[in-house]
Amino acid sequence: MASVCFYFQVHQPARLRHYTVFDNKADYFDDYKNAEICRKVANKCYLPANRLILDIIRRCDGRFKVAYSLTGILLEQLFSFSPEVMSTFDALAQTGCVEFLAETYYHSLSFLYSHDEFVEQINKHAETIEKLFGQKPRIFRNTELIYNNDLAALIESTGAFDAIITEGADHILGYRSPNFIYRPKGSEKLKLLLKNYSLSDDIAFRFSNRHWTQWPLTAEKFARWVNDVNGNGFVVNLFMDYETFGEHQWADTGIFEFMRHLPEEVLKYPDNGFKTPSEVIKAYEAVDTVDVPHLISWADTERDLSAWLGNAMQSNAIHELYRMEKNIKSSGDQDLIADWRRLQSSDHFYYMCTKYFADGDVHKYFNPYDSPYDSYINFMNVLGNLQSRCAKKTSGPNLREITRNEIPPDLRTQAVH
Amino acid sequence: MRVFMLGWEFPPFISGGLGTACYGLTKALDQLGTEVIFVLPTMVQSRYTTHVKLLTPDLAMSEAPFKVHQLKNVLFRTITSPLQPYLTSSDYQQHIEQSLAHIQRQRGQTYDLCGGLDYSGDMFTEVARYAQIAVKLAENEHFDVIHAHDWMTYPAAVAVAAGLHKPLVVHIHSTEFDRSGEHVNQPIYDIEREGMHAADKVITVSHYTRSILISRYGIPGEKVEVVHNGVERNGNQNWSLADGEISKDEKIVLFLGRITMQKGPEYFLRAAKKVLEKMDNVKFVMVGSGDLMHRAVEIAAELGIGSKVLFTGFLRGDDVHKIYKMADLYVMPSVSEPFGITPLEALENDVPVIISKQSGVSEVLQHALKVDFWDVDEMANKIIAVLKYAPLEITLRNHGNFEVRRLRWIDSAEKCLRIYDDALAAVAYA
Repeated sequence: MASVCFYFQVHQPARLRHYTVFDNKADYFDDYKNAEICRKVANKCYLPANRLILDIIRRCDGRFKVAYSLTGILLEQLFSFSPEVMSTFDALAQTGCVEFLAETYYHSLSFLYSHDEFVEQINKHAETIEKLFGQKPRIFRNTELIYNNDLAALIESTGAFDAIITEGADHILGYRSPNFIYRPKGSEKLKLLLKNYSLSDDIAFRFSNRHWTQWPLTAEKFARWVNDVNGNGFVVNLFMDYETFGEHQWADTGIFEFMRHLPEEVLKYPDNGFKTPSEVIKAYEAVDTVDVPHLISWADTERDLSAWLGNAMQSNAIHELYRMEKNIKSSGDQDLIADWRRLQSSDHFYYMCTKYFADGDVHKYFNPYDSPYDSYINFMNVLGNLQSRCAKKTSGPNLREITRNEIPPDLRTQAVH
Repeated sequence: MRVFMLGWEFPPFISGGLGTACYGLTKALDQLGTEVIFVLPTMVQSRYTTHVKLLTPDLAMSEAPFKVHQLKNVLFRTITSPLQPYLTSSDYQQHIEQSLAHIQRQRGQTYDLCGGLDYSGDMFTEVARYAQIAVKLAENEHFDVIHAHDWMTYPAAVAVAAGLHKPLVVHIHSTEFDRSGEHVNQPIYDIEREGMHAADKVITVSHYTRSILISRYGIPGEKVEVVHNGVERNGNQNWSLADGEISKDEKIVLFLGRITMQKGPEYFLRAAKKVLEKMDNVKFVMVGSGDLMHRAVEIAAELGIGSKVLFTGFLRGDDVHKIYKMADLYVMPSVSEPFGITPLEALENDVPVIISKQSGVSEVLQHALKVDFWDVDEMANKIIAVLKYAPLEITLRNHGNFEVRRLRWIDSAEKCLRIYDDALAAVAYA
């Protein structure tokens, strides 16, 4: 009995416009570029993929299930730039075969810096999802699948969730398989769903790679791999970016055809089927606890936070941002608060990543800036303006300029990749 | 493999990037065991060439071959000639007059250099004369391939190649369009073009220059190969630690290069003006000399930032290291820069850099800030950011210093050897 559990991450950042130290308007976001990208991705991915999923659900008579996590930042953009995508998500919600997950509304790293802000963003997201799709999310996924024991404890304390989704990283599982349900260490009720990164990445990253020994990947072959799990697990957690369909893997790679045929191939094995995350945790008990004292994520081979917080610029930018929290909130100015929150998206810090930069790879592909340095300069200029707006309202301090000696030694002489 | 190389100058008596590049490349070829006959003009007399003995011009016009101690495979041949890289016609005039006066003092005889008051004509006649002597010199040497650096050697290289039926590789370190913008000197352009077309293979120091060759000189793309310059490790890396921090209240932004149109000094000053609107504790230091020097001083005054801009004139050796040591940021706002070695030197000296996108070096540096030379707002924006945010400066320095170590002359030399093989094959096939 092997259940395939699909969860798709759907997110687009609110990209900043070019903002120099000479700018002084409180107008930070590049609406033109954001609209252009949103419409492009809608046409290449969201619309065709949603129609395909809808079609499969109808064809399979409810035996095909998926889950989505839609960030608040994305939903805002869809409403403004591609409202037709919203109606297809609405149609998906009405099939009863689609589950919506909870996350931070702003796709933020707030868990690491402010638990108050973190919980506020989760609540805002959950309210939005309930209002739009009539479901109260019961499963939580943190930005970039960032996770540790403390996160589990915090999520459990809210009482709002049944399970957390995170990465099935080798170093937390050891010899154990991600194809079982686990319990976070120190947790009473929460369960853990762990990503099967090997099978997920076969679709998300390797699908079109002609140097891969398994290329071409057919639905029939993949269904066989899923079936091989029987005897060593209950569930195959396939977690990936939704943009895999049509954007990361272009339509001409055959990714949509693969997806179209996958359900029937999986269902050819009478024991196998599809479940949403909530159905999975209802169906199976936790087999063991997983202890994650250190933070993990789903990024790169390191599965750590170095893509967002690996250099002195990233660390400086995010610390400055969260240092403003009290003043921003006490201003009571809703525009100010909304701008501050949009700056929290992990993407802004990802763009500042110098890891692998010289080699040019996946990091570069998603980066609207020419270099991580440009992205830091732009972000700090925006932050400087936000700070002065805030100072006008609250007479708080201005952006502090940190000196070289204040930077922790490990960041001063960080390893260069 | 034996290379007949027509070059320009050799350290420590160099005036710019061309000499640095010739030295780096020759040294690396030497390390790879390639034999090089390095032919260069020795000036009759100038401030920096006191180490070269004068030969009587009526003798073969060339000195006895000599070797430099570290380079065991390189044989130097010199041709007595007042040619120098980066000469403009008016410089040439001055230079010739000085040289003639000197010779006259020494010998008490008049030395007529082709007469005439058309000095640009003088320079070109000299280039042609140089070519004749080079052919004579080459006739007594054995080599496989000719490698010529920049336009003044092309007539010589073309003549040698035609006379001895050897493959010709010309190496473009800069074009007339880089030096003069749209107002090219037609005879120079013609010499460059002829050399490139006559060559079996053309090497450019960047893709940026390669595209100029294709679009402006009509050179077929398949003939042009890019060999980026490397950087010479100068072995005094502990220097900065030993000296300790120089304490200063002001930030220093550095311009280092010839103060000519090509190097964009005016954009540097206009950006400086913008920076000073936002911060006060900054000084802008311009190191170098050139025909726009006086104009630059005037512009600084006109912009009302005269007290914030310092002109040091041309510096060399330890003074350059000192200035790097004091600098917080190096800016290269070149209008058109085929490569640009100085940003690499700045990075080696732990100074972060802002470089113009109109440069070859921007193709090889990732850990540098890049701007369009004309975009003074963005240049100022980036200068301010580096001065204001220590994390930016530190990240740039750490990564930049590491990155620059990967640009090795030995890799450039290996690429040249491959190109020699291609040129040999092309000639054999023909």
